[in-house]
Amino acid sequence: MDLALRLLLELAPALGRAPAWVQAALAAFVPALVCFTFVALGPIVYVYAERKIAGFMQDRLGPMRVGPYGLLQTIADSVKLLFKEAIFPRGVDRRLFLLAPLVVNVGAFLPFVVVPWGGRLQPVDLNVGVFYVIAVSSLATVGLIMAGWASNNKYSLFGAMRSAAQIVSYEIPAVMILLVPVMIVGSLSLQDIVSAQAGGLPNWFLFRFFPLMPVAFVVFFTAGLAECNRTPFDIPEAESELVAGFHTEYSGFFFAMFFMAEYTEMFVISAVTSVLFLGGYFAPLPELQTLGPVPLGWLWLLAKAWLLVFVMMWLRWTLPRLRVDQLMHVAWKVLLPVALALVVVLGGLILWPATAWGFPWDRFVGWPITLVLVFFLLKVMVRALRWSRRRAHELATIGLER
Amino acid sequence: MATPETLVTGWDSLDTDEMIVNMGPQHPATHGVLRLELRTDGEVVKAARPHIGYLHRCFEKHAENVDYPGVIPYTDRMDYVAAMGNSLGYALAVEKLCGIEVSPYVATIRVVMAELQRIASHCVAVGTYGMDIGAFTPFLHLLRDREKILDLFEWTCGARLLYNYNWIGGVSHDLPDGFVRACRDFLREFDPITFPELIELLIGNKIFIKRTAAVGVCPEELAISYDLTGPNLRGAGVRSDLRKDAPYCGYEAYAFEVPVGTGEYGPVGSCFDRNWVRVLEMRESSKILHQTLDRLEKMERADVHEKVPKRMKPPKGEVYGRSEAPRGQLGYYVVSDGGINPYRVKVKSPCFTAMSVFHHLARGMMIADIIALIGSLDIVLGEIDR
Amino acid sequence: MRQWLRDVWEGLFTVLVGMRITWRHLFTSSVTLQYPEVKWQLPPRSRMRLFMKYEDCIGCGQCVRACPVQCIYLKTEKRPATEPAIWATTGQPIKLDVTLFDIDMSLCCYCNLCAYPCPTECLYMTTEYEFATTDLGEHLYHFAKKDARFLTEDPKKKAEPPAPDDGGRAPSTPPASPAGASG
Repeated sequence: MDLALRLLLELAPALGRAPAWVQAALAAFVPALVCFTFVALGPIVYVYAERKIAGFMQDRLGPMRVGPYGLLQTIADSVKLLFKEAIFPRGVDRRLFLLAPLVVNVGAFLPFVVVPWGGRLQPVDLNVGVFYVIAVSSLATVGLIMAGWASNNKYSLFGAMRSAAQIVSYEIPAVMILLVPVMIVGSLSLQDIVSAQAGGLPNWFLFRFFPLMPVAFVVFFTAGLAECNRTPFDIPEAESELVAGFHTEYSGFFFAMFFMAEYTEMFVISAVTSVLFLGGYFAPLPELQTLGPVPLGWLWLLAKAWLLVFVMMWLRWTLPRLRVDQLMHVAWKVLLPVALALVVVLGGLILWPATAWGFPWDRFVGWPITLVLVFFLLKVMVRALRWSRRRAHELATIGLER
Repeated sequence: MATPETLVTGWDSLDTDEMIVNMGPQHPATHGVLRLELRTDGEVVKAARPHIGYLHRCFEKHAENVDYPGVIPYTDRMDYVAAMGNSLGYALAVEKLCGIEVSPYVATIRVVMAELQRIASHCVAVGTYGMDIGAFTPFLHLLRDREKILDLFEWTCGARLLYNYNWIGGVSHDLPDGFVRACRDFLREFDPITFPELIELLIGNKIFIKRTAAVGVCPEELAISYDLTGPNLRGAGVRSDLRKDAPYCGYEAYAFEVPVGTGEYGPVGSCFDRNWVRVLEMRESSKILHQTLDRLEKMERADVHEKVPKRMKPPKGEVYGRSEAPRGQLGYYVVSDGGINPYRVKVKSPCFTAMSVFHHLARGMMIADIIALIGSLDIVLGEIDR
Repeated sequence: MRQWLRDVWEGLFTVLVGMRITWRHLFTSSVTLQYPEVKWQLPPRSRMRLFMKYEDCIGCGQCVRACPVQCIYLKTEKRPATEPAIWATTGQPIKLDVTLFDIDMSLCCYCNLCAYPCPTECLYMTTEYEFATTDLGEHLYHFAKKDARFLTEDPKKKAEPPAPDDGGRAPSTPPASPAGASG
């Protein structure tokens, strides 16, 4: 915050004469505004990217008409949604109806306050950063239930209840896994977690305690997918299910706000995962950290977050949808036991005096075990892939002479 | 098995916990204008009642007012996804009535078109089923291949969807030069690329299997008693296919198998089995196509309009002609009174009977499974409502 | 326990296999046609808008009878004996004056049943498909012409019949080859 204050004073020296509380307020407000703008412009890119990626994966082109290569498509869509009539069905609870999109967006935007984009490039460095992220991302659930209830529509209520159950169930494995980087670092502050991953690719938490941390990463990413209501966990907003779920009755601008909240939530989950597992704003090689005098940390974090957003979109266009009870099964019977086991085992490994900070477990015991396991895994995967290709080819050509 | 009485009386007395949910005529997943009235207790469906008739276009009445060849465009429009199969059954029926025997060349062309249409129709069926389950991508890949088939049809007879191709006594256009090569080009891409990819991407996917393998189980006795035919019956394990049991158009000369549901991932007769039968039928159609193309190369060209009568006035009588359409046994009961217009044309629609088993299977399911069930029965409302 | 492990392994594995396929498709070329900049070349047998060459119509009414939706309207009058004898280009003599020949393309079901019985092959479907209008009445095409120039000599007698010229009223499409030519 003092960095922000100094920047502001440089830009506007007249500020030095304002009373202290004004200076403090501005120093707090302006970085948050900058961060908010930066993040809020994200959905424009993500919606376009999603449609283009979906198009290419499906052997078609995606938006091409509005602007060159369809680049202005999202802007056109947003303008259209802005001008659409906001319909209020009869019997809705007006206050809740209007507040729900706001609450969901608040739940999506607030975690960004503690995401570090550089050494001191962070709106606020809370010393309970991780705890704050967990607490605040649950606000979205409240917003969803408000939306479902206020719509005066039994299917929206269905969708909202299912969605609430889903988010709450998947938070538990996510929180368990969140404990692991905290245990390694010994601090809840996100800045400390990133600093512990300094020094290049091998120091990232993803590559420590091989092969346990990648499993933790996969579990956390899956739980994060479910938090965003993305396929394969998108039963609440499934298009071909009964109706569009909790946001059925919303039209025009409010629908746009739900959309924006979903893509922002995707970005949040990706950014937090990058901070926790992929080294935050550190480059894979320390030489690439700055380009001359310009620090590139924020660009690296952006690249990592965008990579994870791409993986989320990739999964969406590949996988079918899980049914509600199967969703719950995955959360409680697959992810949670794995997460608990990971926490216990990793906690033990961290506490064991010889393996604090991943040394020397990683250097002397971890790598050989990892190599053996990876080799075995690759062998099994290649064999299974060959078997499945052969079976599919068999099925396609059985009995044909050519 | 529920009798109509219990269903009807059950509707009027509603428990306080239950509610009636309408999957209305406009719905992305009901494959047409179909209204499903579901009585649910929370997420579980207690009873289901389908309402049809939204697409009724008086086909059977029209057939009484146009002459025999004029009925064929109307037959196309019933099952608009697989139009070649519709006109084939009607043409076979009237040919039986008039005693017309088509040349082997025409019969081979008919088989080529019917099998190509079967692949195209199953592309839509499997693709939309995947889309209902949530996998959007295989639908577009399959539609890309369907477009290639429709290009072949357009090249032959000029239309992409409603062909008016199988005429009484022949076909409307001879195959253009180079058709055999073009068809083989298509199969060269379909067999080794699209088909295995479909299995890897959609059918083999664990999530898809979990969604469909234990859902909507229609055992053998139930399928037979409700008069299911086609892939719906074969998915229940019954090896019954008109192309083998009562061959027409020279089908007895071709070597192919009849895929049946084997209950690999769950009970026999589940949604997965019905869908799996459709996928395997695409492979069998491709086998048949290779054989017919070989035959066509060796055959000499004949006049496809040779046996088409100038003035159609069949003798008085009635006949039932049937064919194995992609959706089941499509039958035409044609009554002739000696005039130029048919006296009566009654259609046995396989999708109509498939719809009739819906209320039985839907009990005890969750709403998400209802979608899976409808998609696995592969209904087209144009054929149900005619 | 074994079932659980197997389920988890199969789930992960099939997901990865599926992802591999979609990743590959990310780089295959797309099949989209950017209409209207790029237009699909229709095969010659395509059944789009109907065209009738008035100078060849003998007024037999076969097309009217064949049409299943009755979208062709025909009115003929007997040609008086005082008028000079005319022929169609295919050799049939024209004994009737066709005073009205309308086709309502908004009713037409594009089945091509009308083109098949035409004895002079003057009625056929062309490849013209971009004829959308804002007024439904414009879909009623009038093919009867007042100033048509007919053949006055029997073409079968002459070695080379003179080429007839077209009037201007009917929608002029370059006559694509009639249905039946090979592609």
